[in-house]
Amino acid sequence: MIGPNTLPLFVAIPLAGAFICPLLGKRVKSAVDAVGIMAVLGVFALSIFAVITLEGRDYSPISVTAGGWPAPYGIQMVLDGLTAFMLVTVNFVALLVAIYSLSYMDRYTSRWKYFTLFLLMLAGMNGVLITGDIFNLFVFLEIASIASYALVAFGTEKHELEAAFRYAVMGSIGSLLILMGITLIYSRASTLNMAHIAQRLQVFGMGRTGLAALVLFVAGFGLKSALVPFHAWLPDAHPSAPAPISAMLSGVLIKSLGVYALARLVFNVLGITPHISSALMALGALSMVVGAILAMNQWDLKRLLAYSSISQIGYIVLGLGVGTPLGILGGLFHLFNHSVFKSLLFLDSGSIEYSVGSRDLREMGGLGKRMRVTSWTTLSASMSISGVPPFAGFWSKLLIIMACIQEKQWVYAIVAVAISIVTLAYFLKVTRFAFLGTVRDTLRGVIEVPAFMRIAMVGLAMVCILGGLLLIPGIREAFLGGAANALSAGVIIPGEMGR
Amino acid sequence: MSGNTGTQGMSLIVKTVTRLTVGLVFLYGVFIVLNGHLSPGGGFSGGVIIGLAFVNLVLAYGRDTASKIATAAGASMIESLGAVMFISIALLGLQWGGFLQNFLPHGTPFHLVSAGTLPLLNIAICLKVGAGMFSIFLALIVLLKFESEVKR
Amino acid sequence: MSSYMPYMLCFVLFCIGIFAVFSKKSLIKIIVGLAISEYAANLFLILVGYKMGGRAPIFSPTETISPDLMVDPLPQALVLTSIVIGLAITAFLVAIAMRLYEKYGTFDVTKIRELRG
Repeated sequence: MIGPNTLPLFVAIPLAGAFICPLLGKRVKSAVDAVGIMAVLGVFALSIFAVITLEGRDYSPISVTAGGWPAPYGIQMVLDGLTAFMLVTVNFVALLVAIYSLSYMDRYTSRWKYFTLFLLMLAGMNGVLITGDIFNLFVFLEIASIASYALVAFGTEKHELEAAFRYAVMGSIGSLLILMGITLIYSRASTLNMAHIAQRLQVFGMGRTGLAALVLFVAGFGLKSALVPFHAWLPDAHPSAPAPISAMLSGVLIKSLGVYALARLVFNVLGITPHISSALMALGALSMVVGAILAMNQWDLKRLLAYSSISQIGYIVLGLGVGTPLGILGGLFHLFNHSVFKSLLFLDSGSIEYSVGSRDLREMGGLGKRMRVTSWTTLSASMSISGVPPFAGFWSKLLIIMACIQEKQWVYAIVAVAISIVTLAYFLKVTRFAFLGTVRDTLRGVIEVPAFMRIAMVGLAMVCILGGLLLIPGIREAFLGGAANALSAGVIIPGEMGR
Repeated sequence: MSGNTGTQGMSLIVKTVTRLTVGLVFLYGVFIVLNGHLSPGGGFSGGVIIGLAFVNLVLAYGRDTASKIATAAGASMIESLGAVMFISIALLGLQWGGFLQNFLPHGTPFHLVSAGTLPLLNIAICLKVGAGMFSIFLALIVLLKFESEVKR
Repeated sequence: MSSYMPYMLCFVLFCIGIFAVFSKKSLIKIIVGLAISEYAANLFLILVGYKMGGRAPIFSPTETISPDLMVDPLPQALVLTSIVIGLAITAFLVAIAMRLYEKYGTFDVTKIRELRG
């Protein structure tokens, strides 16, 4: 199963694929598709093996060092419950998005450039998830971010270039804040290995340096995950990218780079305190409210979905910020759900754009009869994101609200319920304007999208509907339970790192 | 650079001096790469110097003449080859113990041929960075001139 | 207090760069401001590794210097990586700025405002 020889493959396979694409792409056109799909399929299979391996070991972490140098001299790669959970999420969404883009990217030129950048972004995200070294996290974060800046500008139209410029500048500022935080942590703990940093901070105490580093991390990773007030780049960047890239960005990139890294550093390295907890809850609630209110006014479908992403990230951070095991479980489950249904919604908006040619809700209508697969999958995703039982989203929101009530945070619970109703409202608006009603004359010739796109959308929709099954006690321990325990275990101690 | 120098290069003095010195610049870059494990330098710095040697060639001789030696397609191929070489050495290490394991004999310190796979990794990085710098230069400077000649 | 001066000045340099990013109207000046901030972050990282009276961390076959007298080599390796990342971002932003100039005919940020809401 997954061991010292196969854990680095999560990064090595997409990276090798990304560099083989330019060699093959100019000569054999169809080889690029094959390389891309095989690489993503390979890492998805590996991630399933990772979950199975960990379950067999009763969730003690596996760690591997690069080059055989023992920690703290070498870079350590760690596989624990949270990593396995995130790997399955990221690679599952990446696989279905890659299948979708086989058909969608026919409208664009230079397919080998697209797959090169896509595999680089995936390699960066996997690298962030498996690394146990804080500067290595920064390097992989930058790889994924730069690949995503280039992918946002892929079509080189006016608004895409402008959005990519703004996104790149704000993303770089976020990365610089993270780098300065890393510098402060290094000056306090004199090591870059996460386990050793945790141990030394317990011994020496956080001090003012550690506190400054924590603030810089919240700002930097908050910018990467689009928490309010750092959200300004997201409504411009995510709609302008091609639809499969919007799905990847909104679905997995902001979670892998932003929420996962923040959770890992705050819970496992720096140690969570009541101050950080209330700060995260406040930021989460603010994101929920601002995202939902701004989403109500939108007529551009993809911009509405982008604001909705800001709102749902608020839910995840609220759940994680509560800090109790129930809250962390709810937050992580909502992270998985949001990856699935937000990418499905963006893929749906891509199919609508592919067939209709426009993203404006006022120009659509009556598509429900013409595009059956798209309309049913959008409906299931909308029900899931609004928290309608028995779809998956209902259970995760219920867990978060229950965690807030258990901690006697009545205001946050009421806000969460209210924003859930607002979410239902604007998704009903989408359904009514896009799919119900009479077909316009200009849209009479609209047909359903090609087969690959339909396969991808149906795959994601099934997980939306069946996602509630992940909470059944037997399955819950395997998948979500391991992840939640890894976070609530608190600050890690080197002796337990499984070496 | 005025309108014609993009295609025809610079004056005769510049061309003569470049012809005499570009080989030395290239050799200096190779020296920095090969001594990466003994003295400061290594793949990044040596790669930048080698890339700049090619940039020097294109600037002095103009796009038409220099494109016989230094082409965009060649740079792209060398860049990918460098990266694939790095990944293969890293994955080969899996055979002998670990990812990125140093599996060649280590030799004695301070000699040129020592430290196992480190000189090979340095060469791979040098190929990638040098070809990358040259591609960036071509994409930003040389090809732009071509596009700005096309009216909007 | 005076022993913290280099770090304070690094921070001031970083803030100057961020100020340029947010207040300047030309795309090129925004890119220059971002580059200044990157240099400030790199400088901060090297300064953290400095040791009073330390020597360069290079071993040589002729002299034997104890490693305790050398400055910390790890931040220098980190800065090398960070400089290359900064190079990639600057090249990307300049390429985007040039394409924007072709489409809009100006570098002025207030006129490149097609996205609203």
